[in-house]
Amino acid sequence: MPKVTLSHFEAALLFSLFTSIVLGVVTKRTDHDRLVYGLYCFAWFVVVLFGLGWLMYLGHG
Amino acid sequence: MVADFDTGIPPHLVNSNFAMSSKPAKPKQPMPPLNVWGPAVALAWFVPGGGHFLLKRYGRAGLLLAAVLLMFLFGLMMQGELLKPQSGDLLTILMYYGGFLCNVLTGLPYMIATWFGYAQPDVAGAVHDYGTKFLVTAGLLNVLAMVDAYEIAIGKKS
Repeated sequence: MPKVTLSHFEAALLFSLFTSIVLGVVTKRTDHDRLVYGLYCFAWFVVVLFGLGWLMYLGHG
Repeated sequence: MVADFDTGIPPHLVNSNFAMSSKPAKPKQPMPPLNVWGPAVALAWFVPGGGHFLLKRYGRAGLLLAAVLLMFLFGLMMQGELLKPQSGDLLTILMYYGGFLCNVLTGLPYMIATWFGYAQPDVAGAVHDYGTKFLVTAGLLNVLAMVDAYEIAIGKKS
């Protein structure tokens, strides 16, 4: 099994991508709504990722 | 203070929530027969996206397969740990039994990884920790796919 070494950001981005795809597919009833909801979830994941990143950076002093 | 002999409800409860709850409840929908949803849910557990494939939702089946399988494979490639049941304090039991259950819920990918010796011991490090979370989350995402397959099979969703 090949080994991969990802940064925190890359790992979190991949996690967001896969999770958003599944949430988009299983949640809504039309393909358009699924796409929009998947992108919406991914965008929120990224926003929260940056928000928490800055919070930890500033909180660390 | 006299009890209401018609209903048998004590007077202090006549105008309370207790009296209101005595209204007839909505009848519960009967569970659809097992042969309607069983094969789709079982296949959805065994092969991620398999339930959707059986129900002829090929596009969604492909997306679910790709997302769950890639999540699982990245978890393995990041040397994440496939958790095994472990006793100890409450948090340890919850984490290891819960993690094991989530791993098993991935279905065939978990079995292949275990049988072919890809299950790795716990390694210290942030990337490996992410890997463990990827492996657990792959199982949880597969549960969402199973629930969706169930709802499609019983006609609740298209």
